[in-house]
Amino acid sequence: MSAADGTLVADAPGAEREFNVPYVTRVEGEGSLVLRVRDREVVEARLKIFEAPRYFERLVVGRTGDEVIDIVARICGICPIAYQMTAVHAFEDLYGVDVDPAIRSLRRLLYCGEYIQSHALHVFLLHAPDYLGYPSALAMAADHRAVVEQGLAIKKIGNQLISALGGRPVHPISVRVGGFSHVPRRQDLDAVRRALDDAAVWSKATVSLVASWDPPAFEHPLPLVALRHPDEYPFNDGRIVSSDGIDIAPGAWGDAFEEIHLEGTNALHARTHDGEVYLLGPTARVSLAADRLHPLAAAALEATGLRDAIRTNIHRSIVARAVELLHACAEARDIIDEYRPPREPRVPFTPRAGIAAWSTEAPRGLLHHRYETDARGHVVHAQIVPPTSQNQGAIEADLAAFAPSVLDLPQAEAVHRLEMLIRAYDPCISCATHFLDLRIVEDGA
Amino acid sequence: MATVAARPRLRVGVVKMASCDGCQLTLLDLEDELLALGERFDIIEFPEASSLRSHGPFDVLLVEGSISTPDQAAEIVELRAKARLLVTIGACASYGGIQALRNWSDHDVFRAAVYAHPEFVDSLATATPVSEHVKVDAELHGCPISPEQLREVLVSVAVGRRPQIREESVCIECKRRGSVCVMVAQGIPCLGPVTQSGCGALCPAFGRGCYGCFGPREQANTRSLSDTFVAGGREGEDISRLFAGFTGWAPPFREVIREFGGPPGMTPAGSTEGERDVRG
Repeated sequence: MSAADGTLVADAPGAEREFNVPYVTRVEGEGSLVLRVRDREVVEARLKIFEAPRYFERLVVGRTGDEVIDIVARICGICPIAYQMTAVHAFEDLYGVDVDPAIRSLRRLLYCGEYIQSHALHVFLLHAPDYLGYPSALAMAADHRAVVEQGLAIKKIGNQLISALGGRPVHPISVRVGGFSHVPRRQDLDAVRRALDDAAVWSKATVSLVASWDPPAFEHPLPLVALRHPDEYPFNDGRIVSSDGIDIAPGAWGDAFEEIHLEGTNALHARTHDGEVYLLGPTARVSLAADRLHPLAAAALEATGLRDAIRTNIHRSIVARAVELLHACAEARDIIDEYRPPREPRVPFTPRAGIAAWSTEAPRGLLHHRYETDARGHVVHAQIVPPTSQNQGAIEADLAAFAPSVLDLPQAEAVHRLEMLIRAYDPCISCATHFLDLRIVEDGA
Repeated sequence: MATVAARPRLRVGVVKMASCDGCQLTLLDLEDELLALGERFDIIEFPEASSLRSHGPFDVLLVEGSISTPDQAAEIVELRAKARLLVTIGACASYGGIQALRNWSDHDVFRAAVYAHPEFVDSLATATPVSEHVKVDAELHGCPISPEQLREVLVSVAVGRRPQIREESVCIECKRRGSVCVMVAQGIPCLGPVTQSGCGALCPAFGRGCYGCFGPREQANTRSLSDTFVAGGREGEDISRLFAGFTGWAPPFREVIREFGGPPGMTPAGSTEGERDVRG
């Protein structure tokens, strides 16, 4: 019952057409889409999120930086490291903690692990079935076993890397304010270092594979927002920049953006102060920071010839994601090759009252945290702005622009195309508060 | 093998309530076995991974997440009726999860702290384990669950035996692993003595105290442990905060939290909270 239920009525004037899908599947979270169409014009596209609220911003009140790191990880089982990284950088920035360069590298390495795991999951298990025409990766494996196996093998190496640094793939345990509770010896990374050679080769092949898949025709450029750093591909650090000229410090998100709470959704939407929607994630990063890609990833992107197409057609995000998969494998290798353990895993710090604010690049896009602390370093107020709630506006704008091209398709196919567009965003709805219920209402009037 | 293959495949569902999806992801993290599992079991409902949907019935239903909205409270009763075996996966479904911290607080204060329009948000005042709503056949613990324990449950169901899951404390696992005790050697508070094993005693091996992800072990002597923390100079919320984590709503931990003044930062029902916590 994944596809549409409901019946197609001829598009005569005054006729109503309704598509109804209880969930958009293969995304992380529960929500719904309502699309209102009148005279072939989309008059409203609303992504409604009914993921149960868990009130994280209130749960962290009274907690220390280290406790916050453990708690906010539980916002998302797929990108816990993004939450841990954003929080740890925020507190260290406030407390003036100067970490050993080796600690900083290990944090990037941990983030590489999350990118490998999360992107491999999305590219192969969630998104590829759309291109190859299957309901799931398990079903796809019957005909494309090698593709699925390769995806699982890459994903496993990402998890292996996370486990080497943080004990386990989901909700790793070692990130602490001031460093890590434990750092690996060089030899602890030997096995994963060897595996990364394979992962890099397979990821390079993945870039060419997904670039060969034809996406639905669509051209709809949106303003892009990502971190940008003088030397590094955006993960942990950099300034928040946009295609429209925004250029602010990673803690200053509120200077350019704001959140609004709309009826019918348990997630807050974000806009620029000027009311503009914007796009985050692999598309934005690959477009705004292509010159910071690892040479192997940059070459693979160039070979696809799709740089411009990635920017204008969200369905091409799968290519951007594969390029980042390769980047993460290549950078992880480099970090391990240069790794010398720090003198101390963790440096001491003194908590103080103030505002701890930072942004990092989660696999799905810019993630912002802002904590107000008291003199003991206990949180008195928190704001967490996940990438999917920021992307909601862009998803809705893309759906409104894309919908007219599918109205003449058979019911089930039209709905499938709309779901596919949503999946191209890799939405993480438990972050934004979890499944999409897709409904299109065509007003006859 | 031929006789096994000849059996009808068991119909498995994976669903979620209020949760982070990390325990479902643990199923997908069984990378080496996933395709074999897909052949052995008929996974008829797993919306995070598949567009094929089903209303059951299920031979095995894996439930992630705690019950925290009126819809979920109704849904779990319907799901229970369709499932031969219902297995909760993880700290949220088995103990309420981190979101159960709100059970100590005034729900309206919570909603107003996060949402500008709390009236748009439909949630229950409490987040509670599945077992408080329906009969549960087995519980997997952990935040996240252990992949090995998940595999054991699936294999045991497939062959029709009871799952073999060790009942012991993290301390025992820690000794077996050969880690130095962080509490004895470094004075770091650790919930290892009262917490069920399953994680591989990771935290002490990584230089920190256990924070109780797998919940209280049977007959956990939390009194003795909290006395030790008191003797070490801790008091009040600095003890309750140690227990007020991902399994804090489990009765033995809940009792310690209550005794030491509730979780840090929670506002008891009936009190009011300053304007600063309300988002504009």
